[in-house]
Amino acid sequence: MKIVVTVKQVPDPNTPQALEADHTIARDRDVVLDPGDECGVEIGLQLKEAHGGEVVLVSMGPERARDAIRKGLSMGADRAIHITDPALAGADALLTARALAAAIGPESPDLVICATESYDGSTGMVPPMLAELLGLPQLTFAKRVEVADGRVTVHRQTEDGYQVVEAEAPALVTVTAAIAEPRYASLRGIMAARSKEIKTLGLADLGVEVGQPAETIEGVVDAESRTQGEIVEDDGSIGVEKIMSVLQAARVL
Amino acid sequence: MAKIWVYAELNQGRLMPIGLELLARARQLGEVEAVALGPGAREAAATLGRHGAKRVLLNEDAAFGDYVAEPATDCLAALLRSESPELILFGFTTDSREVAGRLAARLGIGLISNAMDVTVADGGIVARVPYFGGAKVATYRANARPAIVLVRPRSFEPTEVGGEAEVVEVDAAVGEGSRRARIVERRVEAGEKVKLEDAEVVVSGGRGLGGPENFRLVEELAEALGGAAGASRAIVDAGWVPYALQVGQTGKTVRPNVYIAAGISGAMQHTVGMKGAKVIVAINKDPEAPILKMADLGVVGDALKILPKLTEAVRARKGG
Repeated sequence: MKIVVTVKQVPDPNTPQALEADHTIARDRDVVLDPGDECGVEIGLQLKEAHGGEVVLVSMGPERARDAIRKGLSMGADRAIHITDPALAGADALLTARALAAAIGPESPDLVICATESYDGSTGMVPPMLAELLGLPQLTFAKRVEVADGRVTVHRQTEDGYQVVEAEAPALVTVTAAIAEPRYASLRGIMAARSKEIKTLGLADLGVEVGQPAETIEGVVDAESRTQGEIVEDDGSIGVEKIMSVLQAARVL
Repeated sequence: MAKIWVYAELNQGRLMPIGLELLARARQLGEVEAVALGPGAREAAATLGRHGAKRVLLNEDAAFGDYVAEPATDCLAALLRSESPELILFGFTTDSREVAGRLAARLGIGLISNAMDVTVADGGIVARVPYFGGAKVATYRANARPAIVLVRPRSFEPTEVGGEAEVVEVDAAVGEGSRRARIVERRVEAGEKVKLEDAEVVVSGGRGLGGPENFRLVEELAEALGGAAGASRAIVDAGWVPYALQVGQTGKTVRPNVYIAAGISGAMQHTVGMKGAKVIVAINKDPEAPILKMADLGVVGDALKILPKLTEAVRARKGG
């Protein structure tokens, strides 16, 4: 079974964000492999271990996204494709999906695994677009994935429980972080990753042209922020007292 | 007047509230038509009409409810060959975003997701979208026609205006090859006692609780207050509590009278889902936690010590 896992490098969720004076997002933050993608790599590796085959990582991002790719390779993925091109800076969801589809299509995978959403954008728009462009059914929000006799079955998380959803492979699956605890890269894995192939492709290699972006930014303003209220340092009783008087005033007691 | 479509999501025959929320905004912007696909669409049409839809394009084919995203994409794409709305509004919900994503890719046009508002300005479609961790709001002008905009749930209040929609039965147009991702079973897990979205009081917990065993402190306070328990994405991801409890960008949006955040730092992912609360109380050990900057009352202290005492005090007050 050939499994493609999409991976992305994101700003480290554990370090605070910063804005430059011109309102653009500061780029000097630490970057890591998206924690959601680590779960995607993990489930890809588990499926390979159960059914044999190959796990191929596909990532789009600047040169330094390589570190995130290496992380996935050291977890155990077999090889990677890195889409990088200056024209992709600031790409919207559709352009991202088109570039990914152009790289993934020729691989003819049985399964494409994506995180349900990225940690930085959190909009989850790329996977359904990618499924459409690849002509695949989408099995989304999976907290469990099984493959048997060419059928892919997932437990799709819903508001009040889950749905059992199935389709014939090939299919695209999006996974939630609840699906599996990602493994740590072993020292051997880290060493082995150094010699694994990372193929680099630009837009010209993929035959993708940058189209019209979805939107034009007309302006950025401060959000209506709530004003900071009272701050108290708890001394063992003042916290509870203050909260009780707030609850009283709000008439919820 | 601009022609606007509202995708009225149905779930197991029921009209989801998001469709009515979108209508409340859409009818201020132009001539509104709703698209309702799946069993229950005909019944939903009357409600959609009362909320301002002039026409309801519908089809009750079971495929719309049985298969994920593709049948609805086929139907919308087929309709767009003869109809040309300027704007198609979807909810930023799990089901709708999958249809919208496929549709945009099929049409080869972009979309704007996670919008908090949408308007018609200077003959174009303009959406307001949280930016940079929700600290900023960006104004986006849609470049594509139709513009596809996904709006966050609970951005608008559903309002009945009376009226009756013209009902138009449209061709399902579902391709045979689109009956693929089939929903074969639906399981409901232990339901919440008070619905999170409707609760007057929400008590949410985050990583600051230290471990899953301490989440009961949040539940006990919520119960004492007759409210509901919620959670940050961090502890849902960590598997402490089910996804149904997640408050935030991809979880639930809540607007209770009182929101108590215990051990939650206040990442944008979380705060966009709760900043509409009337009163916010935050308990956090870290005096620098961003949640304290948006709270009406911020208590710098240990949630594990404060929560049980608070529950006891609430119980004593309510009992006495």
